[in-house]
Amino acid sequence: MFVPVGSEQDFPSDSTLLLPAISVGNVGQLAIDLIISTLNIPKVGYFYTDCLVPMVGNNPYETNEENAKELCTNAEVYALPSQKLAVLQLRSLVIKKKSKSFRQALVSWIKRCAFARVILLSSCHAYHRDDKQLFGTPFRYLVTPALQKSVADVLRELEWKEMEKVSSYPELNDNEKKLFIPGGGFTKAFYNDCCLEDLQMAVVLKFCSEGDNVPDAFSLLNQVNEWLHLVEPTNGDVKWKSPRSWRLLFGSGLPPAIF
Amino acid sequence: MATFFGEVQSVFSRAVDEEEEDEDDDEEEEEDREIIAELERKREVRVTWNPELTAAIESSPGKRLPCSSVILSVGDNATGFVSSYILSSGSWEVAGSVTLWNERCRDCNVRKDFLPAPSSCTFYRSITDPTVLLCQCNCHVAEDQLFQWCEKVFGSLEKSSLKVTVLSTCPVSEYKTPESTYSLPVPFLKALRTSEYREEVPCPLLEQPNIVDGLPAAVLSHCQVLGIPAVFYQCYTDISKLDSVTIKAFRPLLSSGSLSRLAADSANIQETLRKTVKLNEIQSNLYI
Repeated sequence: MFVPVGSEQDFPSDSTLLLPAISVGNVGQLAIDLIISTLNIPKVGYFYTDCLVPMVGNNPYETNEENAKELCTNAEVYALPSQKLAVLQLRSLVIKKKSKSFRQALVSWIKRCAFARVILLSSCHAYHRDDKQLFGTPFRYLVTPALQKSVADVLRELEWKEMEKVSSYPELNDNEKKLFIPGGGFTKAFYNDCCLEDLQMAVVLKFCSEGDNVPDAFSLLNQVNEWLHLVEPTNGDVKWKSPRSWRLLFGSGLPPAIF
Repeated sequence: MATFFGEVQSVFSRAVDEEEEDEDDDEEEEEDREIIAELERKREVRVTWNPELTAAIESSPGKRLPCSSVILSVGDNATGFVSSYILSSGSWEVAGSVTLWNERCRDCNVRKDFLPAPSSCTFYRSITDPTVLLCQCNCHVAEDQLFQWCEKVFGSLEKSSLKVTVLSTCPVSEYKTPESTYSLPVPFLKALRTSEYREEVPCPLLEQPNIVDGLPAAVLSHCQVLGIPAVFYQCYTDISKLDSVTIKAFRPLLSSGSLSRLAADSANIQETLRKTVKLNEIQSNLYI
């Protein structure tokens, strides 16, 4: 359920919604953090749901002493109406067995807000790549039939690769193929839901492994930016701004006595 | 991953299963659905108020209990603090309870005498000011029950003048700071508050990137989203069990805000504190 921060506000028609999948290395979530932090997008509401593990903390995008004190929750919506951009950030895991109802809640909210495009940022286990996928770009995309027509030319121009389907019964029967996104969390199921609901939705994902996934987030975002032009590059480079909350990603300082 | 106290926990960064999740819900068998429905019924959170409060809820216009303050303590040390520093004044009566069942909390029977069960959440009501409620929560509330807990408890309370205070503890090894946690003077308090909470807090606010989970997080999220003023005090400690040093770390809270007028006499406090800690000590020394 969407609960606005102040008074109820509508998203402008033909807005784009960006959201992360909770997937390997949390790459989608890190990339969304970078977007909110770089564009300094204000919070407009909460996605209040029983499907995510509750968590709270202080404002992850603090820039001064005053805004550092704002409480943040597990699922929040940020929006820049001038750029027709809405961003949903998810900060905790989907509770087991609630994946379906979470996706249903997302789909019905997307329909109610009438977003023109929905872009899911995701990742997929690198060790599941087949021989062909080992070479070339680590990025893949998927678009729903409803979006296919309007973006096919752009994506062809960008030379993006569509996520390959794999055989359901390898070496026995290569005719029957299915989508396989291991480590992608709800990516595949949400994509299928959007196809069924005729929503204009795209997935952009990167093959990666668990570890320090900050570089993966930067590269995924650069890839997305080539298409969506969220931030115009200066001298061919985009300066993404890491939020303050990314400090201490690998724990506290070490006791000086060990040296 | 092992924590400071040695218990093995699943690693947080592992956001996904190794294999692709195969949740083809549509292909569930009839039998599976029955089992899931049965489990859901079993895991339901039940809130019971004593007859007097039930009558008050029924007779009020919005079917809600008039309430000005809820103080929720979660875990041994926070409940220990509330029992010795607030409940020991004696001007409290048992008002109700929350019962639930999960893997770590199997004692789920509703007590007919309204006495606190060893593992449940018990509500107390102030005799002098019946709009003040205390909730002592010693049981584990599972992830899928947290949202329901908040909806059901706050669903029966009048929100217009409600203020919520939550107390809990957490191992200091989970505190993130640029220095080493070894050099920190423990125990210490940190606070989080919702946007509607405008009073001063008697300790520093929790710094980024520290986060809070569990029941306190669920309650704070609920209050933030619904615009209820709420504050949460987290005590970071290096002792996981009930102990008087950690309990005493909460004392600054009695000097300000809504808790100050609830403090018990110091004689009662010392007596109850000694009893509370001693009881625990005896139980934990099996071979002495």
